[in-house]
Amino acid sequence: MTTAAWAVLVATYVACVVEAVEATTIIMAMGFTRSWRSTWSGVATALLALAVVTTVFGYALTSWLPEAALQLAIGGLLLVFGLQWLRKAILRASHRKSIHDEEKIFREQQEAARLAGDQPDGFDVFSFMVSLKGTFLEGMEVVFIVITFGLNAHNVPVAVLGACAAVITVTILAVSFRKPLAMIPENTMKYGVGLLLASFGTFWAIEGLGVLGNRHKSIAWPGSDAAILVLLIIWFLVTRVFIVALAQSPGGADPRTPAPTKRTVK
Amino acid sequence: MRVLSEFGKFWYDLIVGDDWKIAAAVVVALALSALLLTRTGTPDQIVAVVGGTLVVLGFCVSLILDLRHKD
Repeated sequence: MTTAAWAVLVATYVACVVEAVEATTIIMAMGFTRSWRSTWSGVATALLALAVVTTVFGYALTSWLPEAALQLAIGGLLLVFGLQWLRKAILRASHRKSIHDEEKIFREQQEAARLAGDQPDGFDVFSFMVSLKGTFLEGMEVVFIVITFGLNAHNVPVAVLGACAAVITVTILAVSFRKPLAMIPENTMKYGVGLLLASFGTFWAIEGLGVLGNRHKSIAWPGSDAAILVLLIIWFLVTRVFIVALAQSPGGADPRTPAPTKRTVK
Repeated sequence: MRVLSEFGKFWYDLIVGDDWKIAAAVVVALALSALLLTRTGTPDQIVAVVGGTLVVLGFCVSLILDLRHKD
């Protein structure tokens, strides 16, 4: 495998581990508190819906849309995702937002499951809907990540392999530990993935603007694909400047100090 | 009606997320870059650099506005 393929594999794997951990927390909370059968039904329905949506939209997008329009649409979405992740990373690193804590989320989901009322003897709609929504929401982000990284490297199978490996890893860990996977450094991973998404998103969205030009073809960045590396460095520097500046301002904290004990859900 | 509302909220949460200003900043930056490309005939590579700069600036402005609101 080439270096570029390995890079896509690792990037997709890390990004998908983050999403899979979040979905697993919701699934475990519903399963342990209410009904595993209904929870697994929700997960299976979400996976089926994801497969249908990916197939239909994937086919429609790649068949009917010019490449530049595809870049603009997916790049724009990825850019918004990435910048949202960077915003959270900056706020968390400067202690203006509580860190993402899977154990806290697990407890809150369990509490919500208990407050939803008694579990019926038959099919439990609450755990079905919550696990369906959680899996579908996190799964859609995985789909966008796989499509973007895969298409950009002209190697979708490797991106799919990375995503599958991530899901298998998280599933094995969840089954082994039978508790929320709080040991995974999710916040740091999210920061890294946010930088990647923002860099690829910027590169692609701007390239895709060419569909609006006279030639209706992607516009070229100076340095071609090397511009992605430059964008990565720029986004890293921008986020570091914000983190340091916020840490030194009133209400901030030194980013090197431990995270606050009070934690909230994203 | 409730189903439609939930459906809309799901896609809003997925695409726009916690801070709508970031999505707005991206749209504005891309729209300005598109205008530069289509109305002025600026070379591609300059549009790319200007567009990238606008996206970074848009993110910075939206984050500063967000922080001011929080403070």
